[in-house]
Amino acid sequence: MKAGSNLEKVLAAGHFAVTAECGPPRGADPEVVRKKAAYVKGNVDACNVTDNQTSVVRMSSVAGCMLLKELGIEPLLQMVVRDRNRIALQSDLLGASALGVRNMLCLSGDHQKFGDDPQAKNVFDIDSMQLIHLVKTMRDEGTFPSGQKLEGAPKFFIGCAVNPFADPFEIRVPRLKLKMMAGADFVQTQCIYNMEKFKAYLEEARRQGLHEKVKILAGVTPLKSAGMAKFMKKMVAGMDIPDPVIKRIADEPKEKQAAKGIEMCIEQIQELKEMEGIAGVHVMAIEWEEKLQEIIGGAGLLPRPVVE
Amino acid sequence: MITGTPKPIEEILEMIDPYERIVVAGCYGCVTVCRVGGEKEVQVLASTLRLARETAGKKITIKEVCLERQCDPEYIEQMRPYIHDYQAVLSIACGAGIQFLAEKYTATPSLPGINTGFLGVTERQGEWAERCQGCGDCVLHLTGGICPVTRCAKSLFHGPCGGSVQGHCEVGKDTPCGWQLIIDRLKSLDQMDNYVKLKPYKGWNTSRDGGPRRIVREDMI
Repeated sequence: MKAGSNLEKVLAAGHFAVTAECGPPRGADPEVVRKKAAYVKGNVDACNVTDNQTSVVRMSSVAGCMLLKELGIEPLLQMVVRDRNRIALQSDLLGASALGVRNMLCLSGDHQKFGDDPQAKNVFDIDSMQLIHLVKTMRDEGTFPSGQKLEGAPKFFIGCAVNPFADPFEIRVPRLKLKMMAGADFVQTQCIYNMEKFKAYLEEARRQGLHEKVKILAGVTPLKSAGMAKFMKKMVAGMDIPDPVIKRIADEPKEKQAAKGIEMCIEQIQELKEMEGIAGVHVMAIEWEEKLQEIIGGAGLLPRPVVE
Repeated sequence: MITGTPKPIEEILEMIDPYERIVVAGCYGCVTVCRVGGEKEVQVLASTLRLARETAGKKITIKEVCLERQCDPEYIEQMRPYIHDYQAVLSIACGAGIQFLAEKYTATPSLPGINTGFLGVTERQGEWAERCQGCGDCVLHLTGGICPVTRCAKSLFHGPCGGSVQGHCEVGKDTPCGWQLIIDRLKSLDQMDNYVKLKPYKGWNTSRDGGPRRIVREDMI
């Protein structure tokens, strides 16, 4: 075991893993997190806590992780390199590990222009690839990247994100390989809607044997409505939602679209579950956490395994 | 070259409001090439300010000059004979020039008439684009001659991020994805080997992060 997290144990035992995500609130009210956490509990092996996603200021990821942990949910700390330099990143990693966080996800972060503070200075001292390397160095070498010895190495199961749908397509698998070389233990993908393209990506990853060395968790997001699908397709860079997918939900009357979205998500998880090289699923039910149990249960993934 | 854009005339008028005698100083260097601070721009700006002040009933005396370069002491010296006859210098050189004037003529306020932009190129008539951030540790030999620090909105060393779509950056459709450009170029040069290597963390101490920088060439002193 590299970090001994529940997620790591579940994956190591060969179970099909389930993660979800919890976006912290735009304020200091811990009840918002606790309310979402109640929907997550028992349905996942670990729960991501986002780090100021879309560059909108929210409660810190470390704080969100601790609130989940208090409720007995295993947290997965998301960390972007947009807002902190290597000094702050290392410091927060040490702090999170000291507080018992055992999973983390290394991300670049959306550009700050998308948030409420487009005039903010961005940092990008190191990139997400180098953050993976940084965490691995601290965990496995017991030293800071500067070479100084750590008083206690942080323990993290190290994750990274991949977007198989961004351009140029041909470097998407090589980039995953780079992230593995840097030290990634697991991968969570961008929301998958274009299954054909994802299959092509996975096939190339398999051809190179990458799936045997890194745990790939396929990302899914249930669509609430045709409107949401169209909005995401138009507004979110790198989000690939094929027209037939949109049509399938748009063909339903408005009041039945949410149920259809859930049905489609369950179908998709079942299909992903059968694919060689997919070790689990990452369900991003954005501001729809109350549907997690229905989706994960519907896909036959409950109860979650208990691995000692 | 160093590029720039004119400051709004209202902002300049407010800046020079307390003064009745000013120098408008241009520069024949970069700002002449990008047509924001050369001899012609000095004339146009001085005329505009005279007219505006006359309309407002507050006449102003303006001396128009254009120095060879505002970033070299010998050219700045050329203003010494008359500088004391004026209350302020409105410079339309880059920020380096404006500051050098302030440094050399400590009794005379030095005012910025332009907003200094970036180190860039003329992509076409009337359009300039950034190419270099002067980070002090060039890697262009590894990236197909395209700078990841400047051309990627996140200065990634292992791009492109998940926001690269059809050749443009997530910050906007007018911004090409720097890493798409790098990959296209590496492919055409048959240098994709450079892509699949982990790069060390960049040392930003050679950039502005190390504090204001200085170059000392012993061989020239």
